[in-house]
Amino acid sequence: MGLIQIGKRHEKDGDLGVITLSLEKVVNWARKGSLWPMTFGLACCAIEMIAAVSSRYDIDRYGAGVFRGSPRQSDVMIVAGTVCRRMAPVIRKIYDQMPEPKYVISMGSCATSGNIYDSYSVVQGVDRFVPVDIYVPGCPPTPEALFDGILKLQDQIMQKRVFTKQPEQVKPKNKAIV
Amino acid sequence: MHPLAERIQGRFADGVLLAHEWRGDLAVTVKRESLHAICRFLRDDPAMDFDYIVHVSSVDWPDDEERFEVVYEVYSIRHRHRLRVKTRVPEHDCYVDSLTDIWRGAEFMEREVFDMMGIRFKNHPDLRRILMPDDFQEGYPLRKDFPLQGKGWRDTFDFLNEGAA
Repeated sequence: MGLIQIGKRHEKDGDLGVITLSLEKVVNWARKGSLWPMTFGLACCAIEMIAAVSSRYDIDRYGAGVFRGSPRQSDVMIVAGTVCRRMAPVIRKIYDQMPEPKYVISMGSCATSGNIYDSYSVVQGVDRFVPVDIYVPGCPPTPEALFDGILKLQDQIMQKRVFTKQPEQVKPKNKAIV
Repeated sequence: MHPLAERIQGRFADGVLLAHEWRGDLAVTVKRESLHAICRFLRDDPAMDFDYIVHVSSVDWPDDEERFEVVYEVYSIRHRHRLRVKTRVPEHDCYVDSLTDIWRGAEFMEREVFDMMGIRFKNHPDLRRILMPDDFQEGYPLRKDFPLQGKGWRDTFDFLNEGAA
């Protein structure tokens, strides 16, 4: 990827040389290696999320193990479980409170599409009111599947532009999604 | 006949419509007007001593004349016996006496029945919705004629445009 280019080594002995690389890459690399998730378990998917934190799977290997109880300290919200309509304003509020840059992983079929719960009280996909970066399929997804989602999110973060202005994040509007 | 059912029927000959036992579960169907008095008797009579209300639920029988059925499950901790009390409620006159003055634990469960099935409880101290939001406009979701997918509430996100300049 040309992430790190070793500069031309000086002829003098003992000189280690110069490393040149894009600052954007460094920032992205730092961001992807320290994704602090927001604790947001809503249903049985949360159990798999908890298992992913445990010693057997160890989500900390990807730098995403510091689960926070406060949205103001987190980078990624893992929406794990069935999203009821009554919970929706809470999820949106928590998402709004997270500092930029922020990411959302929709974990499991329920958060992604409502799954079998085609009912009056269940939102048919969390992407109807928060922008989702990664969808993890499964019912519930295994910890490995969640890790795959985190690794894919890390790949995505590496592609982000940091110092150039990005097109404004699309906020879902009521009209567009109904 | 079950001795408990016999005792209730002996005391309230008019109030008890049906006593039914199936696999050790005793259920009595009572008149709506007698429900409160019978339940008072169930709790206060020393041979009954039903001091614990397990659950309050409701059933919708859309084809019946008296459409709804309210079901109370009670248990005696001392005698270790249990009983199911049922009563029928018509749709046009949809209320039943609250039992919160007999068993305080019935309060939230009656609120749930009200929220989901729309049956009102007379003399309930705080009859509000409990699961659905207070401003839920679509009716009573557990009724058989309520559409499974609701009437649009789950797809309306009014909070999104709040504060958007």
